Amino acid sequence: MKRNALVASIAAIALAGLLAACSGGGSGTDAKGTSPKLTSCSNKYVYPKAPQVSVWGWYPNMKLVVDNFNKLHKDVQICWNNVGQGGDEYTKVQTAISAKKGLPDVVMLEADHLATYEIQGALVDISKYGANKVKGNFSEGAWNDVSGAGGAVYAAPVDGGPLAMIYRTDVFKKYGITTPPTTWDEYAADAKKVKDAGGPLFGDFGANVPALTMALQIQKGANPFTYDAAKKTIKINLNDQPSKDVLDYWAGLVKDKLVGTADQFTTDYISGVVSGKYATYVSAAWAPGYLTGAGVGKGSSSGVWAVAPLPQWDASSPVQTNWGGSAFAVTSQATDKKLAAEVALGIYADPASLKDGWTNQVIFPLNQSILKSSAFLDNKSAFFSGQTANKDVYVPAENAYKGINYSPLTVYFYAQLQAQSALINQGKITGSQAADAVQASLEKYAQSQGFTVQK
Amino acid sequence: MANADAALASKPVRTTGPSGAGSYKKRSKLREQRRGRVGWLFIAPFAVVFVVFLVAPLLYAFYLSLYSKGLATGTTFTGIDNYVKAFQDPSFQKGVGFVISFAVVLIPVQMIISLAIALVLDAITTMFTRFARLMIFLPYAVPAVIGALMWGFLYSPTFGPLQQIFSLVGASAPFPLSPDNVFFGLMNVVTWQWAGYYMIIIYAALRGIDPTIYEAAKIDGANSWQVAFRIKVPLVSSALVLILVFALIGTLQFFTEPKILTLVSNGTITPDFTPNIYAYNQAFSYSNFNYASALSFALGIVVFICVYIFLFFTRKRGGFLS
Repeated sequence: MKRNALVASIAAIALAGLLAACSGGGSGTDAKGTSPKLTSCSNKYVYPKAPQVSVWGWYPNMKLVVDNFNKLHKDVQICWNNVGQGGDEYTKVQTAISAKKGLPDVVMLEADHLATYEIQGALVDISKYGANKVKGNFSEGAWNDVSGAGGAVYAAPVDGGPLAMIYRTDVFKKYGITTPPTTWDEYAADAKKVKDAGGPLFGDFGANVPALTMALQIQKGANPFTYDAAKKTIKINLNDQPSKDVLDYWAGLVKDKLVGTADQFTTDYISGVVSGKYATYVSAAWAPGYLTGAGVGKGSSSGVWAVAPLPQWDASSPVQTNWGGSAFAVTSQATDKKLAAEVALGIYADPASLKDGWTNQVIFPLNQSILKSSAFLDNKSAFFSGQTANKDVYVPAENAYKGINYSPLTVYFYAQLQAQSALINQGKITGSQAADAVQASLEKYAQSQGFTVQK
Repeated sequence: MANADAALASKPVRTTGPSGAGSYKKRSKLREQRRGRVGWLFIAPFAVVFVVFLVAPLLYAFYLSLYSKGLATGTTFTGIDNYVKAFQDPSFQKGVGFVISFAVVLIPVQMIISLAIALVLDAITTMFTRFARLMIFLPYAVPAVIGALMWGFLYSPTFGPLQQIFSLVGASAPFPLSPDNVFFGLMNVVTWQWAGYYMIIIYAALRGIDPTIYEAAKIDGANSWQVAFRIKVPLVSSALVLILVFALIGTLQFFTEPKILTLVSNGTITPDFTPNIYAYNQAFSYSNFNYASALSFALGIVVFICVYIFLFFTRKRGGFLS
């Protein structure tokens, strides 16, 4: 009995030691630490003796981009890894922030996630490392998306996602739609026309692309979040009239079976796109590159695609909006922040990388020197059968884009909007009910996270 | 568990201790002590792994669960607030409700299937049974993630075989992961995966029965149905209780299959579908590690209560834990 007690107490002491070790790591003060050792890069160094900076990113042509950077920089080299696209990377980023170690020096992020990481002290304000020198290269909207209060800049933008309506010329021709719809009313009318003639679905309301849904709400005048990082106050506006109108509009199309309800980016959805199940695809400028990569535009679905400007609510005062696009941010775990900022500002900014990106349509560059160049404007898109899509559709859309106010609640907000959109698609609730439910859960969540919620 | 270790370690001491007298007794006590120490040495490798990888993380998670962290507030000590919140959280309640109802339907189905197959394979001895046994066991050898991905494709509304069969007669197939069907869609995946494994456990127990009992029963005039249900089933009842507890715990912690099928479920499988998925998303999507720890412990409490209730009602039949 005594012996058991002795052993038990030894075990307890050992445990306490272990726990102390764990909690010691957990209760470390600021988000400092060291970036992971640069032992396993997906690329080779051009100048192995130069100091190295670790980067996470998922652009399809990232390897080329990194090689281009390393060739041009004798004083710094990138060690790059792709740890997943979008959500997969964010999970790792969030875990590394919580663990206070494991982040790379520079990380690729979408603009809507910056505020979430910034409030956790994970991002460095690169305005003091020369970010404003490149400000002139970007439109006001693009720069707003990466800036915080007081002139802070949290990332160097690379590409954007101005929205447009991609459509199938073969379906439009077959069902007698001579001009693509320019307003959402026309969109619904054309959808009905195609359906009545026994045609395919006109579009798709995917529950798993809440960022697109939000962009469409913003087009109608919604302003989901007003967030003050300094005061920790937030105004949540997810059930105002424009937000409800847009959700009700799509709920109506779903109810009349004019549009599909499939989640996007899945194999099922892509095979539907290839086989002509959907007449239109409302999506961002980077979509053609993605669709090409997934096998769309080859074989039976080649030469049938064209793009038109995003339908409007009020044709007399058009509003443009944006979905996705990424930027490079410097993390607070970076060992040499100045050097990391040099990388964040320089990566994917050289002409060769940008040209490779936009000719393959995997990015829509935000750099004005590209946007204004005649090579870019007059480019005949292979995916859109030679249409000058940049000049006709995407560049005007980008130039008219004003920026979006994001909140630090993005991940949670998207999850709620996705869940409610799925309920709309299942026919269980109306768009307005969905908006109210999202509003209620976001208010509750913001309060539980310690924000002051303004009414 | 710790008690069991202690019992194991002290047993040899007790049985080998000679009953001498006087100074011999003292020396033997010394030897006893040394032997005891050797006993501890033998379980040390296990104990270290057990403490480092199970007990310590558990205690750390418990420590985490007593704090709250908001994006705007930082970490504060909140005691049992997280637990109160968890048991009042409609997402958690809904998830627990789902896994319990899932267990209530799934486990009997799984048990009946695996027991039936085991009895058949035990009764028939041809070349074919060996092959059949292997084939039925095979799904268990497929990693759960791969199995779920495979079913995701089989369930596909665009190119799944179900759709192709239905389109032959011009109908459109039901989607097995739609909100109305997801219960049975998942049940099918889990049964496919686990029935073979449970079958092997029951089959092994059946093989362990002394065949002379069957002979005695035959002489007494029992037919093969009676042998199966009056002799075989009662004799393997402890194996049945064992797999029931396995299945109960596994089902209440349901995670892998719904997590993998989320992507193809078209929104049916929500981030709070089961308590484990909910805890996972709280931790790794919303960075609420504290609340996720509390949810995990809350689920642990639910599992403990369910298993306790079950063992209480089967205490006469059981025996593997007593």
